Amino acid sequence: MRYMCLYKPGKETDAPPTAEEMAAMGQLIEEMARTGVLVATDGLQSSKKGARVKISNGKFTVTDGPFTETKELIAGFAIVNVNSKEEAIELTKRFLSVVGEGESEIRAMHDVPAYAS
Amino acid sequence: MTATETHRAIDAVWRIESPKLIAGLARIVRDVGLAEDLAQDALVAALEQWPGSGIPRNPGAWLMGTAKHRAIDLLRRNTMLERKHEALGYELEARREATARDLEASMNERQDDVGDDLLRLIFTACHPVLSTEARVALTLRLLGGLTTAEIARAYLVSEPTIAQRIVRAKRTLAEKRVPFEVPAGAEREARLSSVLEVIYLIFNEGYSATAGDDWMRPSLCEDALRLARILAELAPQEPEVHGLAALLEIQASRSRARVGPSGEPIVLFDQNRALWDHLLIRRGLAALARAEALGGARGPYVLQASIAACHARARAPEETDWPAIVRVYDELAALVPSPVVELNRAVAVAMAHGPQAGLDIIDTLIAEPSLQRYHFLPTVRGDLLTRLGRYEEARPELERAASLTQNARERELLLERARKLPG
Repeated sequence: MRYMCLYKPGKETDAPPTAEEMAAMGQLIEEMARTGVLVATDGLQSSKKGARVKISNGKFTVTDGPFTETKELIAGFAIVNVNSKEEAIELTKRFLSVVGEGESEIRAMHDVPAYAS
Repeated sequence: MTATETHRAIDAVWRIESPKLIAGLARIVRDVGLAEDLAQDALVAALEQWPGSGIPRNPGAWLMGTAKHRAIDLLRRNTMLERKHEALGYELEARREATARDLEASMNERQDDVGDDLLRLIFTACHPVLSTEARVALTLRLLGGLTTAEIARAYLVSEPTIAQRIVRAKRTLAEKRVPFEVPAGAEREARLSSVLEVIYLIFNEGYSATAGDDWMRPSLCEDALRLARILAELAPQEPEVHGLAALLEIQASRSRARVGPSGEPIVLFDQNRALWDHLLIRRGLAALARAEALGGARGPYVLQASIAACHARARAPEETDWPAIVRVYDELAALVPSPVVELNRAVAVAMAHGPQAGLDIIDTLIAEPSLQRYHFLPTVRGDLLTRLGRYEEARPELERAASLTQNARERELLLERARKLPG
């Protein structure tokens, strides 16, 4: 089954990651790829470069970033193919140990139709 | 954390860590069976201690440390035992001591070559000295981190059967003194195809279950896909490894679309392509590109992946580039000629050049002894005859196909098609 892990650092920074942080993350990603579980992953740029699009009563509103409520901002994601939620949790702990701060939300994806048995 | 939660968390850690653990231990003790026993001992220790102490921050290192201590204990105990029995001369005893020292030294080596150890483990588990069944079971157990019960469930056989198969396989590896290494030179190619074959067999068992009432057993597909992805990381210079990964990614991308609401199979041509998993397709196409970038002659997995990719690229069935598919099948048939490849080529030819052209090839295969019990031959023949409007001839073919398939869902579907023929 697949899980999407959404990383929320709790704050937004424009500072690029240090060489050490990059190396540690590179090693983690390599290790996850090597265990065959990592399907996709990427980091997201500052919300300054993004926008929010809303529909309400058939009317669109587009708000350009940056967004103020930084607590819920997503800074990156990973899709992992694992056998249990616990496995996704264990992998997320390893990810959070590398980034040091923040929280990750783990959500089961809809693999269901063919997987219903 | 409750005891149950801790146990689940330990299961998760085990699945992630056990292949690395067993591979690392096998390098040290040079015996896959013993390595697995030591790893299991470490798991038992974790199950005893972690519910009380909590899960350590680096569970993999904890398990490895525990298993290594057991290895040293075991070796020392054996040395003591042999001393007691006075079966050892001084020289041999000295060598034992040296072995214990070597062992400790190799344990303190940095973990840089985890990848090499895993690759050795895959090659050993898929060694041709073992039967195909044994290779499959051992690979799922050692590399996939599956329990005996899980393997038994996946293959619909009893747990003791699988347990015995694994015990025998480990004994055979020890008796035949199969070295724990990645084969080199001329041997490498043959050994690699054994590895690829095992992973492909696991995938196929899940993708088109040969027995049982369900058309698919998705967990086996996921296990195989995981193994193929691991192998692609470990042996990135092998085009066929990427070819296999590409083939499995693309086939798995259709999982959601190839089963109907009541579990009935839906053939490629009738699938709702919006349900295809485009992330997996993209991964598959990327793997195929990597294989092709490595150059050299295209092997059977790269060719099959190319065919799968032709289908994946077509947004609608009528956009399928059938002449291109026929060309790849021609290449495949020249490389690994077999009646099954010929049968599939006939299907592609029928799509590219009309049902009669396909039927002409099929009719040369009717007498083929290896296809006598293969349900796909009458399925295709029945299908082509239907398209030519020769319903009276098509009906017995579809009925024959239904009688040959082992899969209950597929049988229903074939009988229904036979019933619905006009006239």
